Amino acid sequence: MSDKPPSTGRDPWAALGALTPARIALGRAGASLPTRPRLDFQLAHARARTAVHASLDLAGLAARLEPLGLETLTLASAAESRAEYLQRPDRGRRLDDASRAILAGRERPAEAPEVVFVIGDGLSALAITANAAPFLEVMVPALRAAGWRIGPLAIVTQARVAIGDEIGAALGASMVVVLIGERPGLSSPDSLGLYLTAHPRPGLTDEARNCVSNVRAEGLSHAAAAHKLLYLMTEARRRGLSGVALKEEAEALADEAPRRRNFLLDG
Amino acid sequence: MPTYAHVIANETYRFGSLAELMAKASPERSGDHLAGIAAGDETERVAAQMALADLPLSTFLRDAVVPYESDEVTRLILDTHDARAFAPVAHLTVGGFRDWLLSDSADAATLGVLAPGLTPEMVAAVSKICRDQDLILIARKCAVVTRFRGTIGLPGRFSTRLQPNHPTDDPAGIAASILDGLMYGGGDAVIGINPATDSPAAVETLVRMLDEVIRRYGIPTQSCVLTHVTTSIELINRGVPVDLVFQSIAGTEAANRSFGVDLATLAEGQAAGLGLGRGTLGDNVMYFETGQGSALSANAHHGVDQQTLEARAYAVARRFRPLLVNTVVGFIGPEYLYDGRQIIRAGLEDHFCGKLLGLPMGCDICYTNHAEADQNDMDRLLTLLGVAGVTFIMGIPGSDDVMLNYQTTSFHDALYLREVLGLRPAPEFEHWLRETGIFGPDGRPLPGAGLPAPFARALGRIA
Repeated sequence: MSDKPPSTGRDPWAALGALTPARIALGRAGASLPTRPRLDFQLAHARARTAVHASLDLAGLAARLEPLGLETLTLASAAESRAEYLQRPDRGRRLDDASRAILAGRERPAEAPEVVFVIGDGLSALAITANAAPFLEVMVPALRAAGWRIGPLAIVTQARVAIGDEIGAALGASMVVVLIGERPGLSSPDSLGLYLTAHPRPGLTDEARNCVSNVRAEGLSHAAAAHKLLYLMTEARRRGLSGVALKEEAEALADEAPRRRNFLLDG
Repeated sequence: MPTYAHVIANETYRFGSLAELMAKASPERSGDHLAGIAAGDETERVAAQMALADLPLSTFLRDAVVPYESDEVTRLILDTHDARAFAPVAHLTVGGFRDWLLSDSADAATLGVLAPGLTPEMVAAVSKICRDQDLILIARKCAVVTRFRGTIGLPGRFSTRLQPNHPTDDPAGIAASILDGLMYGGGDAVIGINPATDSPAAVETLVRMLDEVIRRYGIPTQSCVLTHVTTSIELINRGVPVDLVFQSIAGTEAANRSFGVDLATLAEGQAAGLGLGRGTLGDNVMYFETGQGSALSANAHHGVDQQTLEARAYAVARRFRPLLVNTVVGFIGPEYLYDGRQIIRAGLEDHFCGKLLGLPMGCDICYTNHAEADQNDMDRLLTLLGVAGVTFIMGIPGSDDVMLNYQTTSFHDALYLREVLGLRPAPEFEHWLRETGIFGPDGRPLPGAGLPAPFARALGRIA
């Protein structure tokens, strides 16, 4: 084999890289990964790990959300540390005692809110920092224009999606929307997920929810996500339910990406 | 319910049930802690392992870890147990069985005949008292060969699933990853897509696309779109060219129900796949995926440890003679397998248990970004499983699944394993790679070569 040149260049099909975010045409060093893509991968992994372990900047977030004019509650889950959060999903799904006391001590408004927004760090505080405020800046005015009664905004640390059920129930909301940092992908450390649950109460499972995922600059835009969520919320309010029963129509709505032709088969 | 005990230095360790004994004998993992069933400390773990080692294998035929009356997986295991096949080892304890498996008496032919006589609980039990090297050595002896359009699992061979996922199922994006994988020699186990959109119409588009690619380029492989078995049945009934029928499965009836399946649904899926008769060399039409922790995640674990339940999923799988079984070992997250050490151990256990039960075991050697694991951990598991004779692994561009957001093995990783262990693809696929000019006469990728003509023409179409 020694007479053959080492193949460390890019592959002849590198142009296909424009068609997919996947890491194609990386070239070979022998049969292995060349140095540059090997280190690019490590950088992406380091960024994703940073996103998982980063803490949410509560003060900064509250300041950015203030112009929305919603009362803000700062709460915490029963998971006391990141390590515990990662190993005990059950604790991330319920509030700690102090947070329960905050909710229990509130005066009930004359009219119960139709929707409550909960912001949880989830697995990426980075996703919240990058996307929560810009998304709500589109979403909240759209809801107000449509006459929705919006309750207080809860910001929860060490939170999983289901913690919204307890918060929504305590605030007497008809519906809860949880904004949560999604599990970071190697190429998407800052992806926000939106979970809608009608008639929230502790003990619900994922079947009761509708999800809008991949909300971020390179994914689903804030405006498109707000459009989709508003559709889901309107349908959930009209039909009095969320979850699997709403799912198919929502998928049809999502399936609008332009299709390029498949070069392997055309011609 | 019988109880179990072991005495170490005058201290008696008691275990209230077979399930408790099995759980406490399990090497440590976060999921068993989450379930509250793990050993309290290392001494208790070893006591449980010693008690387990002294247990007659036949115990598992009398004492079910999940009740027979309420669980169809238990009924499947006990009702289809082959007593004649079991006879040669029926007198052994779990510890004696380990010694026998390590001996020359246990060769490929013997183990193949024995497989229907083994239950998942027996192989799970023996795995718990094995070191990693035992799991490797014993699994390596097993020979499991399956066929559809190619022959999977022959000695000296190892295969890959080409996994060309795309965040929006864009056909051109998927095609780009398929071409990338084929040029690196991947895809002989299956070209298998996880669809982003699970509607029947979207899945049908992908199934037809893969069918056309395989026919157009004459690739001796099979396709799969990993959708729910009921969707595959619906498509098959409409005449859509489905090769492999996929389903995620678990080790209890309740966990399978949380996936929306039972044994009857799976039988229906297999019958539908067989009805199309699309396999040219064989009729292994099923592709199953599993993973430790799925039953606990569905709150359907019955107090049984996740490794034992995983082995029980293999009893479900073997009922339907699959072409491929894939344990997706690190996908589920750190609450079940915390770090690289736990993922590596689980991968070796799953491969071992599946092979002993007679399954074509592959492994999605993978991790998520919230697990304490990295590429070096994957290199270790990949190398260990290669030595253990793993049937197939995943192949994805640059290890980065941009749809499912996790990291698995790359096309390069498969080439690495071929290089260091001298492993070759399935024979029919290897022939195609040479004919097409992707691999050279030495069975390795041609360095610095241009694209083979049919693919160069395809590439010309995007200019």
